Amino acid sequence: MTKMIGQRAIASLLSLLGLMVLVFFLSRLTGDPAVLFLPIDATEEMKQQFRALHGLDLPLIEQFGRYVWDLLHLDFGESLRKARPAIDIVLEAYAWTLPLALITMSLVVVAAIVLGSLAAFNVGGFFDRLVSIISLVGASAPDFWIAIVAIVVFSLGLGWLPTSGVGTPWHWILPVAVLFIRPFGLVVQVVRGSMLSALAAPYVKTARAKGVKNLPLIFVHTLRNGMLPVITVIGDQAAAMLNGAVIVETIFGFPGIGKLMIDSILQRDFNVVLAAIMVTAIAIFIMNILIDIAYGLLDPRIRH
Amino acid sequence: MSEPLLTVKNLSVDFHTARGTVHAVRNVSWSVSRGETLAILGESGSGKSVSANAVMNLLDTPPAEIVSGEILYEGEDLLRVSYEKHRALNGKKIAMIFQDPLGHLNPVYTVGWQIMEMMTAHGRPSDLARTRALELIARVGLPDPEAAMRKYPHQFSGGQRQRLMIAMALMLKPDILIADEPTTALDVTIQAEVLALLKELQAETGMALVLITHDLGVVAEIADRVVVMNKGEIVETGTARDVYHAPQHAYTQKLIAAAPGKGEIRQLDGAAPLLLEAKNLCKSYGKFTALRDVSLTLARGQSLAVVGESGSGKSTLARTILRLEQADSGQALWKGRDLIAMNARDLLECRREIQMVFQDPTQSLNPRMSVYQLIAEGWDIHKLMPDKSKRRARVLELLEQVGLSPEHADRYPHQFSGGQRQRIAIARALALEPELIICDEAVSALDVSIQAQVIALLDGLRQRLGISFLFIAHDLGVVRDFADTVIVMKAGEIVERGPTAEIFEAPQHDYTQRLLAANLDPDPDVQAARRAALTHG
Repeated sequence: MTKMIGQRAIASLLSLLGLMVLVFFLSRLTGDPAVLFLPIDATEEMKQQFRALHGLDLPLIEQFGRYVWDLLHLDFGESLRKARPAIDIVLEAYAWTLPLALITMSLVVVAAIVLGSLAAFNVGGFFDRLVSIISLVGASAPDFWIAIVAIVVFSLGLGWLPTSGVGTPWHWILPVAVLFIRPFGLVVQVVRGSMLSALAAPYVKTARAKGVKNLPLIFVHTLRNGMLPVITVIGDQAAAMLNGAVIVETIFGFPGIGKLMIDSILQRDFNVVLAAIMVTAIAIFIMNILIDIAYGLLDPRIRH
Repeated sequence: MSEPLLTVKNLSVDFHTARGTVHAVRNVSWSVSRGETLAILGESGSGKSVSANAVMNLLDTPPAEIVSGEILYEGEDLLRVSYEKHRALNGKKIAMIFQDPLGHLNPVYTVGWQIMEMMTAHGRPSDLARTRALELIARVGLPDPEAAMRKYPHQFSGGQRQRLMIAMALMLKPDILIADEPTTALDVTIQAEVLALLKELQAETGMALVLITHDLGVVAEIADRVVVMNKGEIVETGTARDVYHAPQHAYTQKLIAAAPGKGEIRQLDGAAPLLLEAKNLCKSYGKFTALRDVSLTLARGQSLAVVGESGSGKSTLARTILRLEQADSGQALWKGRDLIAMNARDLLECRREIQMVFQDPTQSLNPRMSVYQLIAEGWDIHKLMPDKSKRRARVLELLEQVGLSPEHADRYPHQFSGGQRQRIAIARALALEPELIICDEAVSALDVSIQAQVIALLDGLRQRLGISFLFIAHDLGVVRDFADTVIVMKAGEIVERGPTAEIFEAPQHDYTQRLLAANLDPDPDVQAARRAALTHG
């Protein structure tokens, strides 16, 4: 188990390294930052000055060396717009995105597992059909539309919840609710399917022959086996959320990483974009390792 | 005879499927008394497991529907008691074990937890369950019960897992134990041990044992009475001896006649020219040695059987000769040319001459190809039969040769029974006019009566077409009927070889003797005599 996690960590570090190289060269391919960043009527002298300031006049390989060295120190340079270290700005935004993702995914996991399992146990029944319809609608409804309708109904119409921003717990309700719908729709379908096949497994027959009651039959005997494919999907959905929910964050004026990335790209604030990419990548790699650990904990055959 | 403990009366069960209603069992009645062993004997699809599943309330309704009948236990009809009441009886009064213990144990929980659950699920305290579990794990013959409790199912061998299932079933000292093909997935020597254990435990506890099986040998070894089922109905009931020696119903007579291992042993023709010679084949997977210095010879028109238990390297041997696996060292001379060192083009030509028939035709035939496509595919690969108009006629001819009819050519594998599918696989092999057919457990998955037919078919091909067979099998009866020479393998090595008659009548190696002794004879008297010899000798 420890060996497997170690191997995964090394593989993750290698891909992180690959990402660093890719980002460096891609950002150099988009053109001369001096031309892109400075006003269109900037003099050649100003451009030279800009290049010298940011080390853009050095040979490419030396630029790359500096870039890697800085990254290893988590030094992404200053934000070109806000004149503060880019990493600080990114971490601040992350401090908003992380709890949003955590709260939403926890709700998704609990709700999808309970409802999906019960639907599978009651396959073809009323409850199963209800869950299937809800999840289908949830998985296919576009989130920007749901977000706008939610604002119209709950904020403007009923006046129960604030339209945007952060500050009170009330501000979290709509973003969490809108973000919840899609992953819930997907995960509940996977849970239902996976539990259906697990419920047909021979060991469930054994448990029934032993006289095990229905609730432990579902939630003890079947669920742990049924969870293995579900974890993959949960990981996938959680990764999407760690990337920041661009649309939802923008609509609700939520100061998370998704909104920051879009803003920085539009403003050509490359250092912030770079920092955001690397921090997000690290978060996703950490989460993948957590998922591997979860696999190992659930299934002793992987552990041994 | 004492009052029956459990009585099934006139039970009829239908299965409602998309293709219509199947009458799974009709008017089935049987009973079992304390201390008695009842065998329910039948081939696949005979409905032999259905009544036992009804006893345990394990039939899913729908698709199953219990049309009529009653199941009486302690004065109550189990088909009419409440769900909760039935649940409370399961495991406590009537316990069940199954064919495939790996699938039937939960892979993600420790064995100890699963065994203890039998008591905790019925409201017993867990420290009591723990004590009893340790006691029973020791009783079923596993070393170090404490350590076994902490392990997971995949960490045990097949035989050990079935012992653990038995331990679990006996936790609450049930009145009745139902065993559904409990030894079918096990090697013969392990099968003998598990059956002996079941018998001992029955003698200790006085429980009734209901054993569902397709194997006459198992019936002969363990059953007092037997119920023979065919197509959902009971065709015959009686003591195991009476049914074997004086079967009344035509189906029972056919079943007993089909049991392998009773014919004349073939005499070896020593003059046939050499076709295949393997020399010192070795193959390892990491630290595991699958083949160690294996050598064999096979002459034209003869059949060589390779016998051994699972993991002995028999399949690896076949795959190495065919170069589906690359041998680490050694030679496989096919008509004097070494297959192991051959280039790809020559190998392709030799592969046409050597064809293979696998154990499970459901998996070895592509479900999306018609029978015609399956049989004709090899001609495309080997650029044979370029005149496509002649292909169809040849396919029909091949189908006839293996006992199928021309209209089968455009059907798909799922429309056939297991025996028919194996015939298709044989026709596919024959299409390339091979000189050697390697059969890897080719009849093991088939019912006894079908098995006899397929063996007869193969033997006919051997005699008429002069095809040689390398015949891998664990069933000694089949080997005795079909092989000219026999190789016995154990742990990657050949421990004994010789003409079939010598191996069966005068086995030299200790392991061969053990294999033969563990092989069950369908005659209850023969089994009784062997048991007596074991206990007194």
